[in-house]
Amino acid sequence: MAGRVNMKAFYGILALIAVVGAAAVWMASQGSSDAITQIMDAPSPVNTEAFPGYVMGSEDAPVEIVEYADFTCDACAAFAVLQGPDVKSRLVQTGVARWRFRGFALNQASLVPLHAADCAGEQGKFWEMHDQLMFRQRDWLRSDPGGWMRTLRGYAEEIGVDLDRYAQCMEEGRYASRIMATREEIVALGIGSTPTFDIGGQRAVGAIPYDQVRALVDQAMERNR
Amino acid sequence: MGPMVCSTGGCETVQLSEYAVFFGLPVAFHGTVGFASLFVVSLAGLQDAWYDNRGPTVLLSVLSGIGVVFVGYLTYLEAAVIHAWCQWCIICAILVTTIFLVSLFNLRGWRPAQEITAD
Repeated sequence: MAGRVNMKAFYGILALIAVVGAAAVWMASQGSSDAITQIMDAPSPVNTEAFPGYVMGSEDAPVEIVEYADFTCDACAAFAVLQGPDVKSRLVQTGVARWRFRGFALNQASLVPLHAADCAGEQGKFWEMHDQLMFRQRDWLRSDPGGWMRTLRGYAEEIGVDLDRYAQCMEEGRYASRIMATREEIVALGIGSTPTFDIGGQRAVGAIPYDQVRALVDQAMERNR
Repeated sequence: MGPMVCSTGGCETVQLSEYAVFFGLPVAFHGTVGFASLFVVSLAGLQDAWYDNRGPTVLLSVLSGIGVVFVGYLTYLEAAVIHAWCQWCIICAILVTTIFLVSLFNLRGWRPAQEITAD
């Protein structure tokens, strides 16, 4: 058959595609893990209402800064590290504003650190876990998600939560459906990126500098007057 | 410094939905097995042993036909239930449908090799 002559080139190219494809799949699969499935296949959700978030600061503060963020997002970590301290000391501690953090799961991998933060938050240590996750993001994010559970448990230990209770919480995937319900609500608000800020009704997208946060807070106070 | 952001999109919404798992396995797994079987059957059909056999062509039509039904269902879910589109799902749907149409076309015009060279 005339076609036979070309078969070798055909198979050669197929083999090349197979090798490149296998390598690509293998590299991509380095991100998957049991840790993620464990949270995703949560057997018993506590509730499926969206979660309003964790608040730092006074109930009486005139302005609320709502931050929608994901712990796997480097922009969110940049904000937390570079602008967070100023927001805390110059806006929250002075009683000018309160800071509401709403976890927004961007993708499947996001679920693990968000869940860890919720398990710590259950014991009143959300912000401590938030700081661990954001300030040390470079350490845990670059490693294989299979190792995340171990690393995050280490952070939980450092911040002083009851480890048995934390481990039980993680194993149950208690907050998985709440994280998903929250994600749906946030998407319905028209938000698709992190970090996003809602300050007194005005929205800003991205890791904005402290000065811009301050300006938005001032504008909100002007409007409230 | 420009705004640093991380984004989410249709593919994440689809992948995070309960419909990303089918009978306990990720949909992507079913897709991989499906495309792999189409590939194997196609290659087999090119071998000397099967070249004059209509079997591989029929099998290809049946398998890709099942694939068309499956991706049709998934596409319906994206449109009507999940309310999000993932470009990779759409590409897969187009590929499977194309394979199905080509295999049907091949089925209709199929004749043994000897017949063709005898013309």
